[in-house]
Amino acid sequence: MVANRAETSNPARIPALGIRLIVLIVVSIILMVLDHRQNHLGAVRQAIGAAVYPLQIVVDAPFRLWGWIREGTTERNELKLEVSRLQAERLLTYARLQRMTALEAENARLRDLLEARAQVRDEVRVAEIMAVDANPYRHNIVIDIGARDGAYDGQAIVDAVGVIGQVIETGIATSQAMLISDPSHSLPVEVNRNGLRTIANGTGEFGKLDLPFITNNADIRPGDLLVTSGLGGAFPAGYPVATIETVNRIPQEPFADVTATPEAALDQVREIMLIWPSSETVEAEPLDE
Amino acid sequence: MSRFSGAGRVPVIVTIIVSLMFMVMPLPDWAVPFRPDWVALTLIYWAMMLPRTWSVGTAWLIGIVLDVFQGTILGQHALALCVIVFVTVRFHLLMRVFPMQQLTATVFAILTLYQFILFWINGVAGVEVQLVNYWGPVLTGTLFWPIVTVLLSGVRMRVQHGR
Repeated sequence: MVANRAETSNPARIPALGIRLIVLIVVSIILMVLDHRQNHLGAVRQAIGAAVYPLQIVVDAPFRLWGWIREGTTERNELKLEVSRLQAERLLTYARLQRMTALEAENARLRDLLEARAQVRDEVRVAEIMAVDANPYRHNIVIDIGARDGAYDGQAIVDAVGVIGQVIETGIATSQAMLISDPSHSLPVEVNRNGLRTIANGTGEFGKLDLPFITNNADIRPGDLLVTSGLGGAFPAGYPVATIETVNRIPQEPFADVTATPEAALDQVREIMLIWPSSETVEAEPLDE
Repeated sequence: MSRFSGAGRVPVIVTIIVSLMFMVMPLPDWAVPFRPDWVALTLIYWAMMLPRTWSVGTAWLIGIVLDVFQGTILGQHALALCVIVFVTVRFHLLMRVFPMQQLTATVFAILTLYQFILFWINGVAGVEVQLVNYWGPVLTGTLFWPIVTVLLSGVRMRVQHGR
């Protein structure tokens, strides 16, 4: 079909167009197989990622600038209000922290008694979500921490109130992360109240997680808090994930229809934290408000 | 045709970079599935107007960049873009003389082919995607095509007169 059309478009005939197309298609298919089946192309991705990093910066810049301008022009009164609000919040947090310290000491003592492993703290680092929409097919975000800052694939990401997702691709200065709401994301969780273990799947909606493997007679009810169980190995245990929204027991089905609302507002956050779990596995701890 | 090839590449590259920026510009969540394929539209235009300089090779490279940019399977957009650019180059003489409605209809068909290839690759790779993510960009892409043409032909005039 290449040859018989050649004379009709002779004046602007592009030499060997068909052959070039076929070569490129074959190369694409090889790349896709390598990338999808074997994940061999991390280095290639990183290199091209570094090349397009300036583009991401440029796209992100206006939004950063806007935030900066808004900060700069906030009214004095508003600032005062904000300061007093933050002070109140800090007081509350301190009060909670004091209790935490006491609890931690107690926990350590009890652990000593039980001769269990000592609790170790995770390291965290604050990252910012860049104003860049990534993969159109997935719930992905781009964050401004990459391999040079020590981020790695599978790293857990949380915000102030709950789990957000995990790093799926580290670039040099930026990384892509998958949100827990992505349809292909599953997270091992447990019910904080009674330790019931299950899996929370993303649904493609920001405000909804699906728990497909809860039996009809399981002890679970709306309002229960789900925390990470740490069983998958990727996420450290004990971070809040979601609150049970509905429990719909269907007698003729083996599993109940259970949905949960993520604690973190997945579509609104801008600042997030990356977690470097300590070398030892951290045991789940009961979360008091 | 010699006046179509050669120098004046910088403005074209700038338009492609701008289209890449539009591809990752944040949109409100409801609008994300309706983001037009700016890169595809831009490449279709240049393949139609300057097929000797901007052909399947360029499309493939830009596709790879887009894949890395968006974190899709490496080669997915590259394959889809070089196929639609191939189609465009084959019919570029016809498309240049089409009136706007007919050209827009052609672009609609090309964009549909583009999304179909992406859909097909996602299907083979087992990436689950809601259907609106496929027909949304085709719809908005077709709607935005006349505007893109006007903007890019402005650039093209400058390219050809500037040298």
